[in-house]
Amino acid sequence: VSTQEYAGTPPLTRPRAATVPRPEVVARGLRDRPRGWLSWLATTDHKKIGLLYLYATFLFFMLGGVEALMMRLQLSESQNTLIAPQTYNALVTMHGTTMIFLFVVPVLAGFGNYMVPLMIGARDMAFPRLNALSFWLLLFGGIVFYVSVFFTPPNTGWTFYAPLSDNAFNPSNGVDAWIFLIHLTGLSSILGAINFIATIHNMRAKGMGWARMPLFIWAILIYSYLLVLALPAVAAAVTMLLTDRHFGTGFFDVAQGGDPLLWQHLFWFFGHPEVYIMILPAFGMISEIIPVFSRKPIFGYKAIAASTAAIAFLGMLVWAHHMFATPTPIVVLAFFMLSSFAIAVPTGIKIFNWLATMWRGALVFKPPMYFACGFIGLFVIGGVSGVILAVFPVDWQLTDTYFVVAHIHYVLFGGSVFGIFAGLYYWFPKMSGRLMNENMAKLSFWLMFIGFNVTFLIQHSLGMQGMPRRIYTYQSHFGWGVENMISTIGSFILAAGVLVTVLNVVRSLKFGQKAGNDPWNGNTLEWFVQSPPPENNFDVVPRVRSAEPMKDIRREVAAAGRPAGSVAQPVAPGT
Amino acid sequence: MIPRALRRRRALLLTLAGATVLLLLLAPVASADWATPESGGSPNANDIDTLYKIVLYIGIAIFLLVEGLLITSIVRFRRKRGGPEPAMVHGNTPLEVGWTVGAALIVAVIAAITFVFLPKIKNPPNSGPSGLQQLAGEQFASVEKPKPPNGKALRINVVGQQYIWRFDYVDAKPRLTENRPVFAYESMVVPTNTTVILQINSADVAHSWWIPKLGGKADAVPGHNNYTWFKISKPGVYKGECAELCGNNHADMLAQVHAVPPDRFQAWLNTQRQEILQSQKLLSQARKQGQGQ
Repeated sequence: VSTQEYAGTPPLTRPRAATVPRPEVVARGLRDRPRGWLSWLATTDHKKIGLLYLYATFLFFMLGGVEALMMRLQLSESQNTLIAPQTYNALVTMHGTTMIFLFVVPVLAGFGNYMVPLMIGARDMAFPRLNALSFWLLLFGGIVFYVSVFFTPPNTGWTFYAPLSDNAFNPSNGVDAWIFLIHLTGLSSILGAINFIATIHNMRAKGMGWARMPLFIWAILIYSYLLVLALPAVAAAVTMLLTDRHFGTGFFDVAQGGDPLLWQHLFWFFGHPEVYIMILPAFGMISEIIPVFSRKPIFGYKAIAASTAAIAFLGMLVWAHHMFATPTPIVVLAFFMLSSFAIAVPTGIKIFNWLATMWRGALVFKPPMYFACGFIGLFVIGGVSGVILAVFPVDWQLTDTYFVVAHIHYVLFGGSVFGIFAGLYYWFPKMSGRLMNENMAKLSFWLMFIGFNVTFLIQHSLGMQGMPRRIYTYQSHFGWGVENMISTIGSFILAAGVLVTVLNVVRSLKFGQKAGNDPWNGNTLEWFVQSPPPENNFDVVPRVRSAEPMKDIRREVAAAGRPAGSVAQPVAPGT
Repeated sequence: MIPRALRRRRALLLTLAGATVLLLLLAPVASADWATPESGGSPNANDIDTLYKIVLYIGIAIFLLVEGLLITSIVRFRRKRGGPEPAMVHGNTPLEVGWTVGAALIVAVIAAITFVFLPKIKNPPNSGPSGLQQLAGEQFASVEKPKPPNGKALRINVVGQQYIWRFDYVDAKPRLTENRPVFAYESMVVPTNTTVILQINSADVAHSWWIPKLGGKADAVPGHNNYTWFKISKPGVYKGECAELCGNNHADMLAQVHAVPPDRFQAWLNTQRQEILQSQKLLSQARKQGQGQ
């Protein structure tokens, strides 16, 4: 570059206000907010994305539920011929995959999306477009998987153990559809998790230090870290499976020097943290709901936050307890037994903290509290059966039987799903501006609670009588007919309970009583804003001075003698 | 204040007493067959059953404690109209440390009990005096391979394949030929009062060998050998099925062990050998004829 070129340009001087205009934003008229379906398709608003998550995942929940009912019908009597073996195995696979990858994990992301910015006093997530991408990846993952129904759905169980899932034994493209589902939903979850981590670390309201963060936020933060740590393992595993199936590699093929146990290790290295990914945010919801409806602060805030982190850490170290019956040296089994035991300690801490929160409180039995109490009562059973299963010699008898089916459902349905329903009833007024019908909610709770126990309690017994899981039928001489019939009847009661809540949601969206800003006397910032919240969430973000900012705000308002409605509208009748 | 504290202590004592009575009532119910793993076929299954019961009782105690506290709270601490505001308790460090240590102690006890039971479950005993006499001693010791103290056991290789089990009687005599042992499908015939060690693997996908009354599962994974053992005292047929999803007809992959006295076992072995040799001869004749045509 010659100096000649610079000759004509004026010397660089500091621009003066009088001569050079300052750069400024020029508004050329506001664009209309998109309406109708486009407003959903193009949205980057965390609340709309959260609702999209909730709608989509509850739809998948319904599909997974119908699959479960079909399986229960087939098993209701011995040597039933209602459903063909291949179809049954496809149902097993679809049900597990749907409930885990398309319901529990993403529905929690949905609640997180809606609630995290509101609870920490932020105006949106850190990366709103990435947030939208996360949802659409999830939806397309689900669609890619479900279109396999029209050709050959996968039928290997949701764990896709190699070599059964390899080309030699399963040339159907259903397995490939599942691999794409894992990649798409996995990417969705990782991006969502990064978004949560960035948001929670950087965008909290002034004064909200780590020790003042709502416990649900703690849970979502740790859920996000677990997703980032665990999902790459399964992404690697399914990629290896894909190349094994189509490009001649032999990661899991003994004939080529591969090892089927490698699949199990990689899968469960993801799969067990996944269990905590599915339960920790539910724990977080319970930690929000119990104090609000006990009219008492949470007992042992720091212990609950710390135990969440401890569970996540230990949760990365227990994966081989899913493999106690595999050819593995005893010393390895003993390690995984002890690490699994260790998890019982922080989990126990949480349960006792919740009970201590309720102890000598003033319990208000609104629908969220029903489900929260149901959660504690049922999750304990899953916890106790979990300790029994961690004793590896006992696990040799119980693994791969209906005892494990019962255990996983006490943890994931009695635990996570009851937690999710508690959260739904708790936050529905915030999301919709309307209260749900209480009588329907209570009816739904009791149907679900009774139906759930009738379905799954007896399955412990079936497992101990020797009934393996994932069998499409059983011989009559085993004598499992009565128990299976009871379980099937229970599953329909449970389904009726879920249906009542769905009807309640549909009805209340239109006809529900107006909720106001703060129907429950909440503790956290989401109750500061209107219901449903405006697009920018907060005109003014309040300063946070404790773990229960809304209590401070209410106190301040009362002291200043301002009308209560200037911050929070009157509470719903009866609370 | 004192009477109230007393009343509370009495209530606590009553609750504890009630829980103990309930536990004692539940114990026999819980030991019923429908609430415990199958047992009665082999000592390892019986030991697993006992270990399970001990852990179950501890579990029931924890269950009753938690549900008791939960239900008590639900019943006693409902908000009353015009009632006093609850005390704003944020925590109680000694109490929290207490239940953390308590929970850790409980799992430590369960771990200790497990390690006490483990050797009996994992290591097979010697065969009984009325068991099969001519048993081969183990030649090559291996760490994972279970072995009775005197090293003598009947070894059977179990191979899973979609949807049937194959049994090779690797060191039973007589053998089929010099190099090939007698084999069987579907039903495993074994002598009573004899320690039987199974070496389990798979010819195709993963399966899991399981006869509930004879002890725990052993997954059959291609490329790996897995081991388990049993020693049956009562003659009879012991049934189970494959416990790892292995394909469409997984549910039809039944397994059974037929225990007979040693002399009848020996007789069966001879007959089985004759039948296999006979059918192989017929098969090769048929092949030759087929080629001639």
